[in-house]
Amino acid sequence: MEQTPVTEYKIPERNFLNETKGIKSWLLTLDHKRIGILYLISVMSAFFAGGIFALLIRLELISPAKEFLTADGYNQVFTLHGAIMIFMFIIPSIPAAFGNFVMPLMIGAKDVAFPRLNLASWYIYLIGAGFALYAIFSGGIDTGWTFYTPYSTSTSTAVIPMTFGVFVMGFSSIFTGLNFVVTIHKLRAPGMTWFKMPLFVWGIYATALIQVLATPVLGITLALLIVERFAGIGIFDPAMGGDPVLFQHFFWFYSHPAVYIMILPGMAIISELIAAFSHRHIFGYKFIAFSSLGIAFTGFLVWGHHMFVAGQSDLAAVIFSFITFFVGIPSGIKIFNWITTMYKGSISLKAPMLWAIAFLLEFSIGGFTGVVLGTLSIDVHLHDTYFVVAHFHYVMVGGTVMALFGGLHYWWPKIWGRMYNETLAAIAAVLVFIGFNVTFFVQFIMGSQGMPRRYYTYLPQFEGMHGFSSIGSLIMAVGFFLIGGYLIYAIFKGKPSGPNPWKALTMEWETTSPPPTGNFDVTPQLRHGPYDYDKVVAKNVVPEYMHEH
Amino acid sequence: MSGRIDNLFDFILWASVILFAIVAISTIYFAIRYRRHGDIARTTPYIENLGLEITWTIIPFILLMVIFVWGIRDFLRLHIIPAQATEIKVTGQKWFWSFSYLDGPSTVGELIVPVNKPIKLLMSSQDVIHSFYVPDFRIKMDVLPNRYTVTWFEAVHTGEFQLYCTEFCGKGHSEMLGKVKVLPQDEFKKWLETSSGPQEGQTLEEYGASLFVKKACVTCHSTDGSKNVGPTFLGLMGRSEVLKSGQTIVVDENYLRESMLNPMAKVVVGYDPVMPPFQGILKSVDIDGLIAYIKSLEK
Repeated sequence: MEQTPVTEYKIPERNFLNETKGIKSWLLTLDHKRIGILYLISVMSAFFAGGIFALLIRLELISPAKEFLTADGYNQVFTLHGAIMIFMFIIPSIPAAFGNFVMPLMIGAKDVAFPRLNLASWYIYLIGAGFALYAIFSGGIDTGWTFYTPYSTSTSTAVIPMTFGVFVMGFSSIFTGLNFVVTIHKLRAPGMTWFKMPLFVWGIYATALIQVLATPVLGITLALLIVERFAGIGIFDPAMGGDPVLFQHFFWFYSHPAVYIMILPGMAIISELIAAFSHRHIFGYKFIAFSSLGIAFTGFLVWGHHMFVAGQSDLAAVIFSFITFFVGIPSGIKIFNWITTMYKGSISLKAPMLWAIAFLLEFSIGGFTGVVLGTLSIDVHLHDTYFVVAHFHYVMVGGTVMALFGGLHYWWPKIWGRMYNETLAAIAAVLVFIGFNVTFFVQFIMGSQGMPRRYYTYLPQFEGMHGFSSIGSLIMAVGFFLIGGYLIYAIFKGKPSGPNPWKALTMEWETTSPPPTGNFDVTPQLRHGPYDYDKVVAKNVVPEYMHEH
Repeated sequence: MSGRIDNLFDFILWASVILFAIVAISTIYFAIRYRRHGDIARTTPYIENLGLEITWTIIPFILLMVIFVWGIRDFLRLHIIPAQATEIKVTGQKWFWSFSYLDGPSTVGELIVPVNKPIKLLMSSQDVIHSFYVPDFRIKMDVLPNRYTVTWFEAVHTGEFQLYCTEFCGKGHSEMLGKVKVLPQDEFKKWLETSSGPQEGQTLEEYGASLFVKKACVTCHSTDGSKNVGPTFLGLMGRSEVLKSGQTIVVDENYLRESMLNPMAKVVVGYDPVMPPFQGILKSVDIDGLIAYIKSLEK
């Protein structure tokens, strides 16, 4: 086992958590770290709510008969699960919470470029979430998170408040993206050139570009949907002379790039975790950095692969399939570079690394099944079945959520200055890993046998697999509740962690934990690259901040 | 056709299994083999290897292009409809499928086709988007309200095959099922000739009872008095109903007939006006049969 000298750390007397006190000092804060925490609380609340809806879905589907939900109730629950998880949890999760907290620290900045805009983005997110809540309590919504017309223009549920909420939350996303682009361009510490930036910053940068460029299209689409329902102007509804397939084009023009808003920050965290816990210079730095930009760019050109059976032209289908395969390549490059980084490393299997390994395994499966779905002839069979559900969850939960929890465990001591219980953390990571795979792997099999998605009831031949999947979701839930428990406990009772518990080299570890309000007591100078473990660790030129006090 | 698509699926599956094994084994092996044991200062010099980067860019690229081209070939085959194909009109609506045969009968929930003959489906929807999916034939196509979409298949085995709706369409989405019944060619011919009206030895009431299931009335109307999407058929004949307009009527044969052909005309209060019109789907003899059946459901 690892032998770290026993040192007693103390929480620094002055830090951003205790500098000012009272609820007002939090609600009016301009400190990116506090805003990051506000976002963290918000997105985790959304994750909790969306997770409860997920459990309701899985419990209802234990058997084909009615358990406790009616068909209408079930349709509302799966819609809310999707809408909350996508728009209120996973899109803002890593960029708004960790991007805010960590990114300025990583580039040695005092704050983001526009602190007021940053706070405004959080309030806008809350306003959007308020409309979504209003929608839930004023009739709910049963369209699926995709709001497909003409169903969404004809249903009697609260489509307008919900889409308006999502419309408003889009501005929050744009503000965050804009802020990060400017921050990364203008506020890097002296000496930090583009290729000295940690890969997390590259990932956040690529994400921010998509947020700024793609989100307006979602805004326009939802605005048109609202205008159609409100004013009866035919845009998407054929009854009024509109075209429902046009809605699908508009919707996916945003929502496919949005998938990369969801996964790129996850990949960005994984780059940090693999390097820090292998104590090795990341392999293929530039390839990983540029593959993020490559994914961000190509991601704009593949939306039609959601519509292979929607009635678009064959030529369009062929072109979209072709470009879709191109997105696979940069993702593959990342995976291979990460694994090669581990080769001959000095690998520490602390909790964040366990999540990173879970990511590598699960995201790979998500990627391979993405190739299956990108293949034209096969997608015809698998489209809108559980195969798609499984693929999406392998990418989003197996990918992004694993990375998110890896990041949460990695930066938790930086945020609070205290360490959680490592044993419980390892148990929870294993529980979630097992629960996740039990839940979703059988869904690939169900889908390939023709089980359609969004079904309240199903044919008896699928009962065994649905039951198995439901059991997995309960295992996963136990794991997540455990994590919530020990992380919150650690905030109050955890052992002080010291500035750099992982002996990592990116700049956020050079300041105290928790950091002071201005991030660094002196303007940080770039003394080494973010992954120069061979120079710093091996030659024993241990920098001052890595000395044990 | 399904065989060709499955071959490609199997190819990708095995390629993925091999690649995943490489990823998983090396990840887990490295994590164990290079685990840190106390020696915090151990690390490995940084190396770059352009050759390696190019290798793991090019090999997946070639593999993906093979899959891409293979995928298009089969996809286009799915979309090029043989000229001699028999055309059947498919209509999707909340929440059942109906099929009309050229100069022939129409069916609900059951697509009856001859074996070894190409069948072209010309599809449209009466309301929202549905999707026509027969997993055994590996075909799926969205069914839209404002245009026709087309797909085709040729069944090579007789038997019954499951049909699903795979585009979310509301409350009854998961019950918008159907069957594709593939008959030997001579039996299909016989069926076409004798497909409407009561069978030999069947009373009108029994015929109506069979239509109650076949024409999907059962999806929304109960026969045991319980409330569903629509009013129950139990004791319906002769019952007084209050309409949305406030008017009270007594259910008779003409009200039943009107409600089948033009359901929006007189909607009973407390129910949504969601029933699709069966004009053109129910023939005269079918309506007679259904009315006879409803009459038999006395309280």
